[in-house]
Amino acid sequence: MLEDYFRQYGLIAIFTIVAFIVPTSMLMMSFLLSRLGIRPQKPNPVKQDIYECGMETIGGRWARFNFRYYMYALLFVIFDVAVVFVYPWAVRMGKLGLFALIEMMAFITILGFGWVYAWRKRDLEWR
Amino acid sequence: MVPFLQDNVIYRGVYCWLGGNEGNAQWCGGDGLLPGGYEWVAYFVAGLTIMLILVNGALLGAAVFVWAERRLLARFQARRGPNRWGPWGILQPIADLVKLLIKEDIIPTAADRIAFTLVPIIMLMSLLLSLAVLPFARNTYLANLNIGVLYIVAVSSMTTIAIFMAGWASANKFAMFGAMRGVTMLISYEIPLILSLVGVVLIAGSMSLVSVVEAQYLPFILVQPLGALVFMLGISAELNRTPFDILEAESEIVAGYHTEYSGIKFALIQAAEMAGVLAASGFLATLFLGGWSGPFLSTQLGALWFLMKLSFFVFLFIWIRATFPRLRIDQIMAFAWKFLLPLAMINFLATAVQVYFFGFYHGDVPGEITRNEQWVMAAINVPLAVASIVAFGHFAREGIRVPAVRLESIVPIPRVAEVD
Repeated sequence: MLEDYFRQYGLIAIFTIVAFIVPTSMLMMSFLLSRLGIRPQKPNPVKQDIYECGMETIGGRWARFNFRYYMYALLFVIFDVAVVFVYPWAVRMGKLGLFALIEMMAFITILGFGWVYAWRKRDLEWR
Repeated sequence: MVPFLQDNVIYRGVYCWLGGNEGNAQWCGGDGLLPGGYEWVAYFVAGLTIMLILVNGALLGAAVFVWAERRLLARFQARRGPNRWGPWGILQPIADLVKLLIKEDIIPTAADRIAFTLVPIIMLMSLLLSLAVLPFARNTYLANLNIGVLYIVAVSSMTTIAIFMAGWASANKFAMFGAMRGVTMLISYEIPLILSLVGVVLIAGSMSLVSVVEAQYLPFILVQPLGALVFMLGISAELNRTPFDILEAESEIVAGYHTEYSGIKFALIQAAEMAGVLAASGFLATLFLGGWSGPFLSTQLGALWFLMKLSFFVFLFIWIRATFPRLRIDQIMAFAWKFLLPLAMINFLATAVQVYFFGFYHGDVPGEITRNEQWVMAAINVPLAVASIVAFGHFAREGIRVPAVRLESIVPIPRVAEVD
């Protein structure tokens, strides 16, 4: 049984390597085509400039961002951590019975208060 | 002699063809090509065979999907679509691929070369990896992980990182805008997406996709209508397709996170996106429409049933793309946090209560949810779904800017003439 378990993860590990090799080999093929002269490779400073609709580039990646993005990231972290607890509970819920049900209700209620607070503070809105 | 090896049709076929001997005669029956002691080679080749099927299925499937989408979108918009290369233009994606392969691959001077090159690799990798646990016919899968649902969610969220890497490595402000929008949208939709699957896990009592298919006496789209709706909407946001394509909005920010990509790198990003639609349809079909099981002959025709259900969802995704305009970011955020999240919460709490009562009904030994109990759950959950959609559809409108004058009152919308 345990051997079975590890063999399956071994297959996933091999598949990870395969999944890495497939796109990498396509990039290598493109590189080879440029070596063989089938694909053009003629860099020049204007072509390799940052694309901006044909204009001179104004500002790079250090553009200013709305602070809203940060609020959503915070909310995501809170709810995503909750999800970590929900999945193992869901698998065993049928066997654990009423205790597990009430515990999860309490957990979600506390989380729900946080969610309602965020809604009331208008943090769920993009202003 | 591994149990899952015997169950799995393709594994057993390839393994016995190569490594059959006296030791495994009772389930192989006959000698293989390899001498004794080389079973591990047979095992390895059997694994690689399924991997080959998965990789080719995803990439060729993406090519067929590109063609089908372009043809269908053309039909939706009353034009003809690609019809030059091959019969009905079916060779069009191959022509596109060859074109992209022999185009120059430009890397900007300001870009971070390593991260820039890694982006297409990670995108395609996360997509291919998520297919590993998908049972595409009876007893046919790469691995039957006992954490299947969690594995899918975990692996497919690697795309978020790839999108941010693309934005950052390009050193282009449009790419960065697209990446920031994309990451915000993807993480917002991930939470309802994950929570909507909890109901499925509760009823099946397992996270393995094979068990989920076997637990579906009734398609879970009836037992879990709310979960199916939230998962469908959440995953169509994760796919970055038209109603949710703010991260590559071509009329606002050039092409978003892949502005600087060209040649084969662009082709790989597009292939990952297109195959992503197929993978998402496959998950929808497996989790909510019974996977390979069909009304009759589901042992022999499992792959065909699966393909039919997959094509149904693929068509639905193309239809959604053809119908809806792009949403604004405030609408998208409100939709995730005020509509989908509470619906997912209601769904899994209601399912938990139902599973508790049906488990209680079985006495001390909690059994699986039977067919009749699933009908009862469907009878409870469908009205619940309608009620909560109406209620939260009302609440979620709060705080969304609505134009003061409706467009139809200013501009008379012309009737479209019938075309062929």
